[in-house]
Amino acid sequence: MITLTHYLMASALLFCIGLIGILIRRNVLMILLCIELMFNAANFAFIAYARALGDLGGQIIVFFTIIVAAAEVTVGLAIAILLSRQVKTLNADEVDLLKW
Amino acid sequence: MAETVFFYIFTSLMIAAALLVVFHRQPVYSVLSLLVVMFCLASLFVMLGAYFVAALQILLYAGAVLVLFLFVIMLLNLAPEALARMRIFTLRTIGTTAALVLLCILWTIVRASGERLSLSNAAPADGTVESIGRLLFTAYLLPFELVSFIILAAIVGAVTLAKQEKR
Repeated sequence: MITLTHYLMASALLFCIGLIGILIRRNVLMILLCIELMFNAANFAFIAYARALGDLGGQIIVFFTIIVAAAEVTVGLAIAILLSRQVKTLNADEVDLLKW
Repeated sequence: MAETVFFYIFTSLMIAAALLVVFHRQPVYSVLSLLVVMFCLASLFVMLGAYFVAALQILLYAGAVLVLFLFVIMLLNLAPEALARMRIFTLRTIGTTAALVLLCILWTIVRASGERLSLSNAAPADGTVESIGRLLFTAYLLPFELVSFIILAAIVGAVTLAKQEKR
């Protein structure tokens, strides 16, 4: 029998895989991709709770999250294109313009 | 029992594809495995009764966001060895350990708190287009309008960033 715990555990696993990706990869594009993975894990938990509590509010929050993620990706990819065009690198460790 | 079988099929496929996203050296393959993650997640959403969100997941994420990612990766056309490099070994170990500790903490919390709620005796809340739309334009009208400002800001930001500066 599949309970809410199973869904939440799958969601936590997906979230931590995305976190590992953010901490391991250095490419800006890959970091953005892993952020998407973590967004989806959070959405998954919201949908599971929406079902368990019989409340549609969780699904509406996922609707908003998807829109915000789309906006975030648009700006993030524009910044990535600018980085490769002006700083000539996509390595997150080499982009230290704001450090000094 | 069909639910159990489909849950394990889609979840294992999703986790395998997510691992491939993180550890594959070619970013194009990472994006394509993220597509697999999206489709598995959409089918799990359907199993949980969120039909409208599942459709949105495929239309918006798989249709728009990932195509944008593919577009940018192919546009930039990076050298393969620049893509494959990961962080130095100590940072990599520390990052993986921290994420695994977080996973253990999350699992303990979920195991302790999730037992009281079961899916079988809950009133099924079907997320059809009608019920979601009705809620969206009554109880959640203000957030719905505010989200359009976020989209406007994203459009203006993307255009401003992408504009070539005149020297």
